[in-house]
Amino acid sequence: MEQFIFWAFAAMLVFSACMVITVRNPVHAVLFLVVAFVASSGLWLLLEAEFLAIALVLVYVGAVMVLFLFVVMMLDVNIARLREGFIRYLPVGAAFAVATIVAMGLVVGSANFGLERYAAPARKAADYNNTAELGALLYTKFLYPFEIAGLVLLVAIIAAIALTMRGTRQVKNPKPERQVEVRREERVRIVKMPPERRT
Amino acid sequence: MIPLSNYLVLGAVLFCLSVAGIFINRKNVIVLLMCIELMLLAVNTNFIAFSHFLGDLTGQVFVFFILTVAAAESAIGLAILVVVFRNRRTINVVDLNSMKG
Amino acid sequence: MQTAVLVIVLAPLLGAIVAGLFGRQVGRAGAHWVTILGVAASFLLSAWMFHAIVLKGAEPFEWSLYRWASVGTLDLEIGFLVDRLTVTMMVVVSFVSLMVHIYTIGYMHDDPGYQRFFSYIALFTFSMLMLVMSNNFLQLFFGWEAVGLVSYLLIGFWYTRPTAIYANLKAFLVNRVGDFGFLLGIALVLMYAGSLNYQEVFAQAPELARQRVSIVAGQEWMLLTVVCLLLFVGAMGKSAQMPLHVWLPDSMEGPTPISALIHAATMVTAGIFMVARMSPLFEHSDTALNVVLVVGSLTAFLMGLVGLVQNDIKRVVAYSTLSQLGYMTVALGASAYSVAIFHLMTHAFFKALLFLGAGSVIIALHHEQDIRRMGGLRRYMPITWITCLIGSLALIGFPGMSGFYSKDAIIEAVHHSELPAAHWAYLAVLSGVFVTALYSFRMFFLVFHGKPRLDSHDAHGHHAHGARHAGVPHGQDESHTGHGHGEAGPPRESPAVVTAPLVLLAIPSILAGGIAAKAILKDGFFDGSIVVHADHQAVRVLAEEFHDWKAAIVHGLTATPTLLAVAGLVTAWALYLLWPSAPALLAKAFAWPRLVLERKYGFDELNEFLFGGGARGTGEVLSRVGDGVVIDGVGVNGAARLVGWISGKLRWLQSGYLYHYAFAMIIGVLLLLGYFVHGVGR
Repeated sequence: MEQFIFWAFAAMLVFSACMVITVRNPVHAVLFLVVAFVASSGLWLLLEAEFLAIALVLVYVGAVMVLFLFVVMMLDVNIARLREGFIRYLPVGAAFAVATIVAMGLVVGSANFGLERYAAPARKAADYNNTAELGALLYTKFLYPFEIAGLVLLVAIIAAIALTMRGTRQVKNPKPERQVEVRREERVRIVKMPPERRT
Repeated sequence: MIPLSNYLVLGAVLFCLSVAGIFINRKNVIVLLMCIELMLLAVNTNFIAFSHFLGDLTGQVFVFFILTVAAAESAIGLAILVVVFRNRRTINVVDLNSMKG
Repeated sequence: MQTAVLVIVLAPLLGAIVAGLFGRQVGRAGAHWVTILGVAASFLLSAWMFHAIVLKGAEPFEWSLYRWASVGTLDLEIGFLVDRLTVTMMVVVSFVSLMVHIYTIGYMHDDPGYQRFFSYIALFTFSMLMLVMSNNFLQLFFGWEAVGLVSYLLIGFWYTRPTAIYANLKAFLVNRVGDFGFLLGIALVLMYAGSLNYQEVFAQAPELARQRVSIVAGQEWMLLTVVCLLLFVGAMGKSAQMPLHVWLPDSMEGPTPISALIHAATMVTAGIFMVARMSPLFEHSDTALNVVLVVGSLTAFLMGLVGLVQNDIKRVVAYSTLSQLGYMTVALGASAYSVAIFHLMTHAFFKALLFLGAGSVIIALHHEQDIRRMGGLRRYMPITWITCLIGSLALIGFPGMSGFYSKDAIIEAVHHSELPAAHWAYLAVLSGVFVTALYSFRMFFLVFHGKPRLDSHDAHGHHAHGARHAGVPHGQDESHTGHGHGEAGPPRESPAVVTAPLVLLAIPSILAGGIAAKAILKDGFFDGSIVVHADHQAVRVLAEEFHDWKAAIVHGLTATPTLLAVAGLVTAWALYLLWPSAPALLAKAFAWPRLVLERKYGFDELNEFLFGGGARGTGEVLSRVGDGVVIDGVGVNGAARLVGWISGKLRWLQSGYLYHYAFAMIIGVLLLLGYFVHGVGR
């Protein structure tokens, strides 16, 4: 059962990753990325990292990918021109990718990291609370990095705003108390004009 | 039982796919940013796998922080992209070469 | 004693500083008072020390004031050594300096640089005193350089005149050549004796005499020969011996007081003093003494000949100085150091007298310096006339005058010397006596006797030549002394501030010789300071032959030098007073030798062409090729171009495309992986 879940999600993950980089329409690319994240979340659940799996979906997919979508749709891109040059670099890229995969596979393959070296650990109990455990760790041992992470987010907010803000628009709010006090002399000025002749 | 190496190889594949994506894709900066997200995903998977197999929650804590920083980074990256688009009216990577030495 | 020494040295320095830096605040009178008081204090204390050491027989006084640096085992210190030699020099220097200071009040009366001048001459007095009172080589060198510097400043005192600038640079550069040799000599002394202190070095002289050095590969020389030759090169520069004599005639561009002070009486004698001081070293090297003899005798004779054809009054006296310095050098070569110092002393008096007298004439005639336009001044300037007569008689060695004793002693000493070069040196100095008398009295008769030629124009054709500055307009020249009336009108005697020093210098010009002769020649006046070896017995023979001044005069009346001197005097009288047209005829008959003399043997042309041109040419090549092509082109610009070329090639990596950068990273990752795979696979 476990094997099936693993291979299914893994295949979904790899497939959608491939689609992300090859599909023509950027909106589709974003959507495929969402699928990749969901598949990955499933795998993480398999690895008993429940909190992070849900956080991935809620935060990452829910916020960051949506943000991507916003930007993609906002930028009015010319799709036709986007496909040029794709075929030209495909072989080289693919070759390098394959080479790297093979090399990496040799390093992290089953020879070094197989079941003999790293035994599969026992499943946790049913009432195992991953969130609580994570929280306990975060608020004691990793308190300082936690606070800094908050600061990083703050900085990101400020930076994003500072980069894109185009200055406040001059909003004219009416001030009724001043409007009531106005006098005729401030609004009307009589200029000498010769009277119209009515003949 | 899924051996650790399976997860690691999966992470490696994801990573290489995203690298290939950076190299192949010449036309769209957004896809570039998405490939970066993929890379981070691969690394996160690695961390979670090790955390599971070594029984140490530190790996998950690390992923927690990576998620945080990745979110911040993508936000700012997109902000920069928006501003660049405003000025250059293009997101073609080939046109964004003003850092040429 | 210690305070006396400090005051002697520092009082002129203080005067110089006040007059120099605060000249405007203290005003003219303040400047000359502060310097004169300083130098007068020096003189009085020097006289007191002379009295104490010589007359009361006190021990020579050595005192180390301050150790200012210590390098390894070598101590560099400021120290003073006052023995008989020193104290004689101190008295001479301070006395002549004082006379010149007083004279200057009148001479430079209208000059805008009044305070500056006093500052410089007081500074000079300080430097010269430091030089003679030093107890170690380094301080000697300090004083040496300092007097050279002040000489430069004073020769170029009127710095707006190009001839003055040319002259002062020439003096400095030629001196530098001498100083280079001097420094090498001092370095050798330091290297082999391990100390710069006189006493310590002299104590080691016998061992040093046994050492040999190899300069050129395979050729071994006696160490002390090399040292003494190098030290003598320094003396040649400072005391203007051939071929480093070329700066002295040009130094006449400076005001007359300094010609008297520096270039006659004191600075140029520093070289003579130095060799005398180093007598313990020179005595060991016969080679060096021979060289000294040859150089000195050549200078004495050849420079005297050049003096015969000079028409500028100051140049005549300048060449006379050169010739007399040659005499002193010859005495040194004959190991008669005390006689050289004796002549130094008497020469200081009568040469300063002659220079100051010339200055008096110059200002009386409103800066006229050409003797062909003078004449008959005896009537108008009696004091100047009589003092110049005394000076000239002393110069030629007329019996009874001070110069007679010293000059005759030199000639006798050379006669008795047994060095190989002494024979020719004797002939040279003997002929020099005739020449000396001839040129001195040529000048004397042309200036003071005969018909006044003050308005004559026959000197025009020769102006450009010997007297560079005779044609320069009057405004910047040697200053007036408030004569009041203009160019017309007969010349009048100079004021008292000018003539009083003349008289005060005339007295020792007559008496100093007779008084000191016995002490120096017979009684071994300088015995503690000067060492003479037994085999150089010239001085001993002199001592035996000398009895007292009266006997010397009687003996001298029939001696060859006196006869030659009188012959010269008579010849001058005949040529310039009896038959005034004779010189012109002789000049035509001896046209070619005359040309050689007028060109001063071509030394100036040679220096200008060889050293001046060589230096300029080398500089140009180095500048154009070395600096321009090599350093700028290959080095600096070449390096820049190389960097530019390399960065042009490296630029290809910076395409600006993100995917290229990412690709580079991937390649790096691949390489890293490869390393791991390679390592892991084992």
